Amino acid sequence: MSLLEVKDLKVRVEDREILHGLTLTVNPGEVHAIMGPNGSGKSTLSHVIAGKPGYEVTGGEILFRGENLLEMAPDERAAKGVFLAFQYPVEIPGVATMTFLRTALNAQRKARGESEYSTPDFLKKVREVAKSLNIPQDMLRRGVNVGFSGGEKKRNEILQMALFEPAVCILDEMDSGLDIDALRVAADGVNALRSPDRAMVVITHYQRLLNYIVPDFVHVMSKGRVVKSGGKDLALELEASGYAQFEDAA
Amino acid sequence: MNLALAKNETGRALSDSFAVARDRLPGTGKVAEARSAAFEAYDRVGLPHRRIEDWKYTDLRALMRDVLPLAPAPDAAALARAAAAVKLQAIKGVRRLVLVDGVFAPKLSELDGLEKGLTIRTLREVLEAGDAALQAQLFTPDVANPMVALNSAMMTDGVVIEIANGLVLTQPLHVVHIASGTAPAAMFTRSLLRLGKDAGATLVESYIAADGATAYQAHDSLIVTVGDNSRLDQIRLIEDISEAFNISSAVITLGAHAHFNTFGMTSGAAVSRYQATIAFAGEGSRVETNGVNLLNGRQHADTTLFMDHAVPHCASREVFRAVADDRAHSVFQGRIVVRPNAQKTDAKMMTRALLLSDEAEADNKPELEIFADDVTCGHGATTGALDESLLFYLRARGLSEKEAQALLIQAFVGEAIESIVNDDLREFAIAAAQRWLEARG
Repeated sequence: MSLLEVKDLKVRVEDREILHGLTLTVNPGEVHAIMGPNGSGKSTLSHVIAGKPGYEVTGGEILFRGENLLEMAPDERAAKGVFLAFQYPVEIPGVATMTFLRTALNAQRKARGESEYSTPDFLKKVREVAKSLNIPQDMLRRGVNVGFSGGEKKRNEILQMALFEPAVCILDEMDSGLDIDALRVAADGVNALRSPDRAMVVITHYQRLLNYIVPDFVHVMSKGRVVKSGGKDLALELEASGYAQFEDAA
Repeated sequence: MNLALAKNETGRALSDSFAVARDRLPGTGKVAEARSAAFEAYDRVGLPHRRIEDWKYTDLRALMRDVLPLAPAPDAAALARAAAAVKLQAIKGVRRLVLVDGVFAPKLSELDGLEKGLTIRTLREVLEAGDAALQAQLFTPDVANPMVALNSAMMTDGVVIEIANGLVLTQPLHVVHIASGTAPAAMFTRSLLRLGKDAGATLVESYIAADGATAYQAHDSLIVTVGDNSRLDQIRLIEDISEAFNISSAVITLGAHAHFNTFGMTSGAAVSRYQATIAFAGEGSRVETNGVNLLNGRQHADTTLFMDHAVPHCASREVFRAVADDRAHSVFQGRIVVRPNAQKTDAKMMTRALLLSDEAEADNKPELEIFADDVTCGHGATTGALDESLLFYLRARGLSEKEAQALLIQAFVGEAIESIVNDDLREFAIAAAQRWLEARG
């Protein structure tokens, strides 16, 4: 069984259809890159998979391990193992990062019928992961993402990914706002989480990110559909020729 | 309009009840005269209503309808129920002073081993046998406010605490107001705290009910004087049952170079009003007031503060956070007066309201009256709902809707709660907020 199956998905926002029948199949261990110009529907796809309100699904389905994902609340999807790394992680003043991480992790474990982590076990785990991502301890005491740089916010997303151990990670424009050094740190963090059990969907506008996170498959989106799929070389091809050739195809 | 004519029938009933209660009210001579004068002051107006500007949002005539008869003194069974309630609300490391149904309960209180310079008496003792100056001080609050006047007329008991010059109390004093009555009744309490010069104290006041308590009215007032170079920390928690009324007043007067840090949180009572006057009487003093309302159902909670900058070089900070769910109604009225010679006053007030339902209401009424020209004064107010993008982020990380809301509500009120300096007391306030959040389900 595939891990994530998006079948002929049609999505509207208010009166406008954004996705016009999108199909994507992701198996465990695979890394898929979704590329496309602005407005092609990449972020809409990531939001609908995570369950963000405000999108109306008018056709098709999304299955996660064969279950209908669209019927689940966002927190149920998270507990089942769906993780969205946000393009713009929000700042939550007054909620310490550590408190947030513990509340989230325990909420997911509780939903799965697992025991909650004890405080010492939890702290040990967070410290290990934080260290590997170069996240200083004082960042964990601050409000979630409050006063974090762009790179720190993205590292905080990857920290959560490492902590929650999801089955499928959707990385929405992880490279936006990052300089080359910050990008490398973030990409190293993601690569460390690649495993035969885990799949990743990397959404990006630019080929650059894919030099660091090398995908197994590349899909080109245009005007709400996947218009071309191929191996990692497709990204290089795009880099040379641009998206214009696909505008007409869509 | 003629207020005397507007007085309703319930006013008459209360006149009778004052006459009946008189024998049970401590004090004779001047005290009794002061009571009668206060009752007449109340009786001229009766329960305040919306046509009185200060009570515009809290029309007690509509909300409370009448003043209940004076609660009987607690019997053994009532004291036993109160003792159980006290146990549940115990705070680590405090000296507890307990009032049950408006009467001081020595057996539930801790009066042993008082520090040298700390005196604690009951209001009853002082009204019956105290010195005239102290008795007069107990009647200082402004009887132009009808609910203060009523309290002056009917006060039965309370605690009178005196802290000598130079004594810094490390152990907080916790005054617990417990209602235990199984029949509807009213309690009238008044307490006084005199903090000398170069002294320090922490006063905690909590309002709770024993198991089985029925609809009641808690009428309380507090008089505080803070001496020069002294610091007072105050924490008030209203956790009355959902049928209860809580009408409390306070008058706090600060000497020179004094520091007053106060935190109040209302999560209980059907209707509550806390009205406080904070007066600067000496230069170089500082006040921080932090308030939180956590309301649901049809709760109505009013906090009305009057910051009186009467002298130069004083600073005040007011932070208020209201959370209202369902059809709850939160009211904050903040009046700041800077008198003509109070130059270099630095006064700021910031209120924020969080509405969790379309039918919840929050009224903010800031009033700045500035008569000096070299001052820094400001106020700001915001009202809004929980941020949808924050809620989605939390839900995408596995928190249920209620859990996500709870975390954001905690963060919203957190800034005010963080103002509590004492760790145990801060934890106690956080626990009270948690109880409210958990009761939401």
